Amino acid sequence: MAIKRREFLKIAGLSVAAGLGGFSAFTGLRSGILEASQYVRDPKELKASRWGLVIDMSKLNQEDIRRIMDVCHKKHNVPAIPNPKDEIKWIWPESFEHSFPGQESPYMGDAIKHQPYLVLCNHCDNPPCVRVCPTKATFKRADGIVMMDMHRCIGCRFCMAACPYGARSFNWRDPRPFIKEMNPEFPTRMKGVVEKCTFCYELLAVGKPPACVEHSNGGIVFGDLKDPNSEIRKIIATKFTIRRKPDLGTLPSVFYVVSDKENKGGHEHVG
Amino acid sequence: MYDSGKIIIGIGIFLLFVAFPFYYTAIGKPVVKPDPRIDTPAIQAMEKKQCVESKNAMKTLHMQMLNDWRDAVVRDGQRFYVATDGKTYNMSLQNTCMHCHSNKKKFCDECHNYMAVKPYCWDCHIEPKEGA
Repeated sequence: MAIKRREFLKIAGLSVAAGLGGFSAFTGLRSGILEASQYVRDPKELKASRWGLVIDMSKLNQEDIRRIMDVCHKKHNVPAIPNPKDEIKWIWPESFEHSFPGQESPYMGDAIKHQPYLVLCNHCDNPPCVRVCPTKATFKRADGIVMMDMHRCIGCRFCMAACPYGARSFNWRDPRPFIKEMNPEFPTRMKGVVEKCTFCYELLAVGKPPACVEHSNGGIVFGDLKDPNSEIRKIIATKFTIRRKPDLGTLPSVFYVVSDKENKGGHEHVG
Repeated sequence: MYDSGKIIIGIGIFLLFVAFPFYYTAIGKPVVKPDPRIDTPAIQAMEKKQCVESKNAMKTLHMQMLNDWRDAVVRDGQRFYVATDGKTYNMSLQNTCMHCHSNKKKFCDECHNYMAVKPYCWDCHIEPKEGA
């Protein structure tokens, strides 16, 4: 018995309708289970349009830098790998010529030239790392923080090539054996992902300042760069500050007050 | 049929080889049904033993939920989850889920091993310390 065209079309039409109906019933059911749930933020959360830091080098000595580094690395389960090729760092000391190439002069005082400078991710306004990331594992948040989503990182290291500040480290090996004391409240990383400073987004979210700011004894100030009344803007307005490699156009959000320790206390910042 | 002896022996060996998975599992240890446990101190101390959502929803949707949670927290900066019953939870695998379910081996691994799924949560997230 040959099927007539009319019959065939009827069956085909009915099957399509049944299929669509079944599909929507299934998906409708799935999303319906948790319909009443929603995501919210902590009311205590610290908010800004563009987070920034001012690091006053006249207020930080070697010991402060070491302490800040230890606190940050401990808090975020950053491993201490002895081999410098495998090293992971979020915040670390760097010489003047490496921090601010092209901004040194032959008549610069030894204290300024040879003191270690505290460097970290600049959370650029125009971040080249974000531009090159093929998976959007690194992205810019609305508040200016250049974030890392470790779940998405595929370890291609394009971001490391793009970052002109060396702020990113690659996990060449499993970091866990190199973490002395694990902070059980924060995850570690795994072999094959890139990591860097995340401006302590997890602390801002619950209303606390970044760890480096908290442990700097006033040497580091954080705030909203878009708010003209913020403390950070007042410092930038009244003191001469420099940024790392400004000619590259990445628009860093970390500003440095560079002056000699002898001037310490000589000019207190306003506000 | 030419070479019938060789062919029949060949077929026999072939069948033995192909059926290997069947008799291997038949002789091997019997398959034990997974038995996830929720008898941790934190859960025992609870007045009403209730997870973030109903048991059924957690059973079928926990993987999807964890995926949504991590996107909400990491990508959108939304840290808290208001459940269907109105309670608010910090969306954190390490600090919320595993606080109650401190028995990863008997809670997570029990079913995941049975189903042969290998979620890579614990490559980064720190699993709770277990006594045994």
